[in-house]
Amino acid sequence: MAGDTVLFTVFALLTCLSAVAVVVSQTVVRMAFWLIISLGSTAALFFLADADFVGAAQLLIYVGGTLVLLVFGVMLTASGPYHKIATSPGETIVAGLIGLMFLFMVMSTVSSVSWTGPGGDVSAESAGHGKDGHEETSGHAGDLSAAVQQSQSDVAKKNPAGNTLRPIGMALLGLRPDVDLGKPAGNMSPGYLLPFEIASVHLLVVLIGAAYLARAKRSKDSVI
Amino acid sequence: MTAEINSYLLVGAVLFICGVICMATKRNGIGVLMGVELVLNGANVNFVAFSKFSRLGLDGQIFSLFVIVLAAAEAAVALAIALNFYNNHLTIDVDRANKLKG
Repeated sequence: MAGDTVLFTVFALLTCLSAVAVVVSQTVVRMAFWLIISLGSTAALFFLADADFVGAAQLLIYVGGTLVLLVFGVMLTASGPYHKIATSPGETIVAGLIGLMFLFMVMSTVSSVSWTGPGGDVSAESAGHGKDGHEETSGHAGDLSAAVQQSQSDVAKKNPAGNTLRPIGMALLGLRPDVDLGKPAGNMSPGYLLPFEIASVHLLVVLIGAAYLARAKRSKDSVI
Repeated sequence: MTAEINSYLLVGAVLFICGVICMATKRNGIGVLMGVELVLNGANVNFVAFSKFSRLGLDGQIFSLFVIVLAAAEAAVALAIALNFYNNHLTIDVDRANKLKG
């Protein structure tokens, strides 16, 4: 488990140092940048702690939603005129090199996965004739569903503890099989259906309230 | 240092402290909001750590999901308030928000 420890140390240090950088930064745009780094590393910590769905939700909602909202707020409430924003040629070259290295890493990882072998999602026939009529693909539907099921069970075997999507989904609907199976009937634990519905109504209210608050007004001094 | 529960709790504590200092010292209203996000993240790290290492099980992760959702909602409303304030006063400095002073 040494790899896990190294990864945890790297991401924990990244999270803490960027959080300190948020406090220390002088301009609010740099604070937003360091906050993005901090929240992304927190998502990595969640993945390391076998909370796959929470890590994915953190990336989607926090980094992809809330931080974009904060950056919008920063840009809309900027005080003073903007300076001319231009990237120096040196920075462009360094950024291009880093981008190429990242692309190489991603493509070597992707090409090392066997997509058409056993456990792969792509069946060998439909990989070649992907666009020919529906008759051919429906004939291969049986192979595809078997391959998909096998790949899903392979994923579950590789990290069984992190596969929390189905238990979380069922708990949000009010069923707790992880707690209830094997217990005497009539003693079922409540799921999270009520907080789920409350959160849905809360989001609706927040959406309407925020849209009303931040609407475009006709004149600066009007109260409505 | 093996990844035991104290390491996760330490990360959560650092995030929380940084968020509280950010909330207390920043003059920019958006900076205060970023401090709130850091505080909520520190709490989330604690929840997920206890979900992994103790008998809490799935409850910690579900609660952190609710925290994420409610933090996003609160950030949206707080940002709407901040934009309204900026539209009326042309500044986002929290020290200048003293009209309700007694």
